[in-house]
Amino acid sequence: MFKKILIANRGEIALRIIRTCREMGIQTVAVYSMADKDSLHVRFADEAVCIGKAQSADSYLNIPHLMAAAEITNADAIHPGYGFLAENAGFAEICAQYNIKFIGPTPEMIRSMGDKMTAKETMIKAGVPVIPGSEDLLQSVEEAKKLAEEMGYPIILKATAGGGGKGMRVVWQEDELEKNYHTAKQEAAASFKNDGIYMEKFVEEPRHIEIQIAGDQFGTVCHMSERDCSIQRRHQKLVEESPSPFVSPELRQQMGEAAIKAAMAINYESVGTIEFLVDKHHKFYFMEMNTRIQVEHGVTEEVINFDLIKEQIKIAAGIPISGKNYEPQMHAIECRINAEDPFNDFRPSPGTITVLHTPGGHGIRVDSHIYAGYTIPPYYDSMIAKVIAIAQTREEAINTMERALSEYVIEGVKTTIPFHQQLMQNEQFRKGDFTTKFIESFELKNKPS
Amino acid sequence: MEYKQIQELLKAVNKSNISELSIKDGDFEITIKQSSPETQYVAVQAQLPAFAGMPQQSIAAPAPAPAAPAPATTAKETAAPENGNTITVKSPMIGTFYRSSAPDKPPFVNVGDEIQPGQVICIVEAMKLFNEIESEVSGRIVKVLIDDASPVEYDQPLFLVEPA
Repeated sequence: MFKKILIANRGEIALRIIRTCREMGIQTVAVYSMADKDSLHVRFADEAVCIGKAQSADSYLNIPHLMAAAEITNADAIHPGYGFLAENAGFAEICAQYNIKFIGPTPEMIRSMGDKMTAKETMIKAGVPVIPGSEDLLQSVEEAKKLAEEMGYPIILKATAGGGGKGMRVVWQEDELEKNYHTAKQEAAASFKNDGIYMEKFVEEPRHIEIQIAGDQFGTVCHMSERDCSIQRRHQKLVEESPSPFVSPELRQQMGEAAIKAAMAINYESVGTIEFLVDKHHKFYFMEMNTRIQVEHGVTEEVINFDLIKEQIKIAAGIPISGKNYEPQMHAIECRINAEDPFNDFRPSPGTITVLHTPGGHGIRVDSHIYAGYTIPPYYDSMIAKVIAIAQTREEAINTMERALSEYVIEGVKTTIPFHQQLMQNEQFRKGDFTTKFIESFELKNKPS
Repeated sequence: MEYKQIQELLKAVNKSNISELSIKDGDFEITIKQSSPETQYVAVQAQLPAFAGMPQQSIAAPAPAPAAPAPATTAKETAAPENGNTITVKSPMIGTFYRSSAPDKPPFVNVGDEIQPGQVICIVEAMKLFNEIESEVSGRIVKVLIDDASPVEYDQPLFLVEPA
């Protein structure tokens, strides 16, 4: 087992990793930028090394500084957390060169899932359902028509150089195809100077449902069931839950098996997540694989009673996993609390927390690095806490979350707590009837301060 | 003076580089002392009007000497020199600090030496790469803050230099 782990991250996940290391008797090294001198993870770790200026590029993304810090502290492993360098194959490679264990997959595994085209090809070969699409750029309207007929409408035309929703056209039936083909190409040319477009099946009313998996160094892979992350704003997850109100035991088994197939196709080592889109007909399609621990991992931990960080460290130390699959025994919901003003278009609100009262009681877990007097730096992401409510049923979990949010006091900065409170009271959300489009039509009522 | 004003005053002194502040206002008198970790800064005479508003408005800022950051876990605490202002040379890198280019060679600089910009004053080694650290100022070495072959972190104070 490792003697000392350097955590190449900050904020709540650095704390999370330090906690498990402490329970396992492993020494911890925190690294911090000049802006994070007063951060909690610095105080909780056994040792701390300042690694650079506030900007992430100078500190948390600075590989030479991180490796030097590992060297002077004699760390024998590095945990990358999530974000930053967690899915940087180059960093994983450098760690390997320096004989410091990167707690995660190998560089090859990271690369194979990082490239979207390669990932899709690997999945097709493995027999994992993917979103049907054209193999190449569309050359003509006739080709488009033929493909669309094979796939079945509705389809979506996408710009290959695209982004921001530009150069995308949803086509519902054949007589609309030609017109949309041309406008999509024109928009792509105008926006990206590249009129190349390809086609994909348009997944109707998709839900974002992901499967947690773990694989050891000996070829065993298991799954730990799903998390529903459909509540998103601009592709950022806001609320996650397990089990998904949309997933039946049969669908769970099918998706679990597909996720294991996906991980085995690349001989995956460490914990990871396979993300799927699920349409209203309960058909699921591979979207992408995250080769790291995720923000919302705590949701799964609570419903299967398992420490995923501990498992991750054990796998990295060469300990085999049991191979058992895990199904949710409880219901858990997580709300991500950000330092943003929900009544002003979620504008970021860094600043000093003057008053803090964290919720407690039966069925509440709060993962957070904030404390009264802490100044939230403006250089990093705005998430300041994760609140997880656990109960026997979904309805009770929502009620517990409502109760907890009502006692969560954070003064000095604006937070998204009021937004989550309204969300928990929303009828559609309570019914479990939502897709990734839900937040678009969700109206925040303006509360007087 | 009200309790809240005293609190504000304490906060203001703590944030500043002032090491001692005395205030007398009729029958009321207060002296606040703060131990400074390293360099000494130019002493300040505060001109104080009657206490109407926030006390921190009436405290003049000290002459700007480069502030030393909170020392890292491996730094040695040093006594402040007697007079003038000193510059703290800090590490631009993380690694192991060496005073000479090899174990059998003499140190690059000693206390009392004059240094010029561009002159190599120490080595910080990381991952088998030896980086010569050059001075950015001219002056005289007043104190060496780190033991030879000790680990240093980013921005850690290495030398105290009296500028020329």
